Amino acid sequence: MPPAALSVHLSIGQAYAWSVFKPSLESSLGLSGTASALPFQLGIVMLGLSAAFGGTLVERRGPRWAMAVSSGCFSSGFLLAALGAYTEQFWLVVFGYGFVGGIGLGIGYISPVSTLIKWFPDRPGMATGIAIMGFGGGALIASPWSAQMLESFGESSRGIAAAFLVHGVAYAGFMALGVLLVRVPPEGWRPAGWEPTRQERAPLVTTAQVSARSAVRTPQFWCLWVVLCMNVTAGIGILEKAAPMITDFFAGTSASVGASAAAGFVALLSLANMAGRLLWSSASDVIGRKNVYRVYLGVGALMYLVIRQTGGASKPLFVCCALVILSFYGGGFATVPAYLKDLFGTYQVGAIHGRLLTAWSTAGVLGPLIVNRVADSQKAAGHSGAGLYGLSLDIMIGLLVVGFVANELVRPVHPRHHEPEPHTTHHPTPKEAADDTPDPRRPT
Amino acid sequence: MTHPTPGAPPDPEHTPTPSPRHALTVTTWLWVALPLAYGLYELVSKATKLFTG
Repeated sequence: MPPAALSVHLSIGQAYAWSVFKPSLESSLGLSGTASALPFQLGIVMLGLSAAFGGTLVERRGPRWAMAVSSGCFSSGFLLAALGAYTEQFWLVVFGYGFVGGIGLGIGYISPVSTLIKWFPDRPGMATGIAIMGFGGGALIASPWSAQMLESFGESSRGIAAAFLVHGVAYAGFMALGVLLVRVPPEGWRPAGWEPTRQERAPLVTTAQVSARSAVRTPQFWCLWVVLCMNVTAGIGILEKAAPMITDFFAGTSASVGASAAAGFVALLSLANMAGRLLWSSASDVIGRKNVYRVYLGVGALMYLVIRQTGGASKPLFVCCALVILSFYGGGFATVPAYLKDLFGTYQVGAIHGRLLTAWSTAGVLGPLIVNRVADSQKAAGHSGAGLYGLSLDIMIGLLVVGFVANELVRPVHPRHHEPEPHTTHHPTPKEAADDTPDPRRPT
Repeated sequence: MTHPTPGAPPDPEHTPTPSPRHALTVTTWLWVALPLAYGLYELVSKATKLFTG
């Protein structure tokens, strides 16, 4: 099951490497920087919308259907974009990659979540961490691969069209693995030797089930929405301005940072973002979801405070703090499906996750807006170097504190939101499970 | 070549040969791990520029 989930997430994670195509599109089709970002922006909007509105359908039709739809939309989005680039019709690139491909992003993002949680009831954080780490890894693969392809085919509109065509075909083939392998476990399946009783005694881990429709009516859902939104906004605060930030912090010091080193810093942050997804979400299986978010938000605020107070005094300290913040950013994404499962059960956890992803879309607008606006205003006020970012860092600390408080307010869901008994998971004995499914977590 | 009798207990002295399931598991993990390794390699090469660039 994990390779099936990874094949989808590693593919759709390509979205974050869209910037590779921007310069070529701008020069060959005569576009502005804002226009060339449109396919990506529409894609992210469609990701949020299709995850939010398609979640219930994904739960009803199952992960194989969802992965097939995701693969079909994502690949045909590239093919439409190829046609658009070839005929120099930019609207078709936007419609293909952004609208059609964006539906593939949203459906693909949530497609393996509830299935993974059902296969790994003993380690749901680790299971979803692997898949969501794949989304971070997708850009790592696509970025150098797309750049090499443009180098081979040329950066004219025909070269871009050829590159899009190859992407569409290659991703369809790559994602086919997920479509073919994904399987839902039998009702009530559990790993041999795993005893759920101890875990279910934890105060926030429910044995009841809550539907997506009921979940959005609970304060717990909206507390988690705030938690995710604040955590993502704070992470974007660093990600958005990473290269200019490290350059400005150490400008005029003996440890000044050049363009190439700044690019290295950005790459290192991507690595921390990806590693945090697996590391912290796996840790949440041991220390609990609420505690791990206390770490993301509380220690994250402290890390921002250290950067704020020490300024450009120490480059290693600055880099370490930024890496920790980015690992928490990734961890926040990867841990949230398991947190939802703890609170609302596995019944419609994928659909609930889809609705929660609107917090990501909001943070995607909020984070860059805050950081860029504040940096511009500080520049206009005559500040320079680390002084450009002081106010932004204070705002990020404030946002993390708000998230911390929202996390503290999370309590078990009131029984009136629970579904009637038939949806409640039955736990057969290990023998029953073994009889039903010979080797359930491996692909067949 | 002998075939086990249906219903007979497995011979404990004979280690079972790797099943097609194991080969498929290895193949599927390689399917996703190889592209990821390529991406990580490219990323780490770029990240080292923070210390050398």
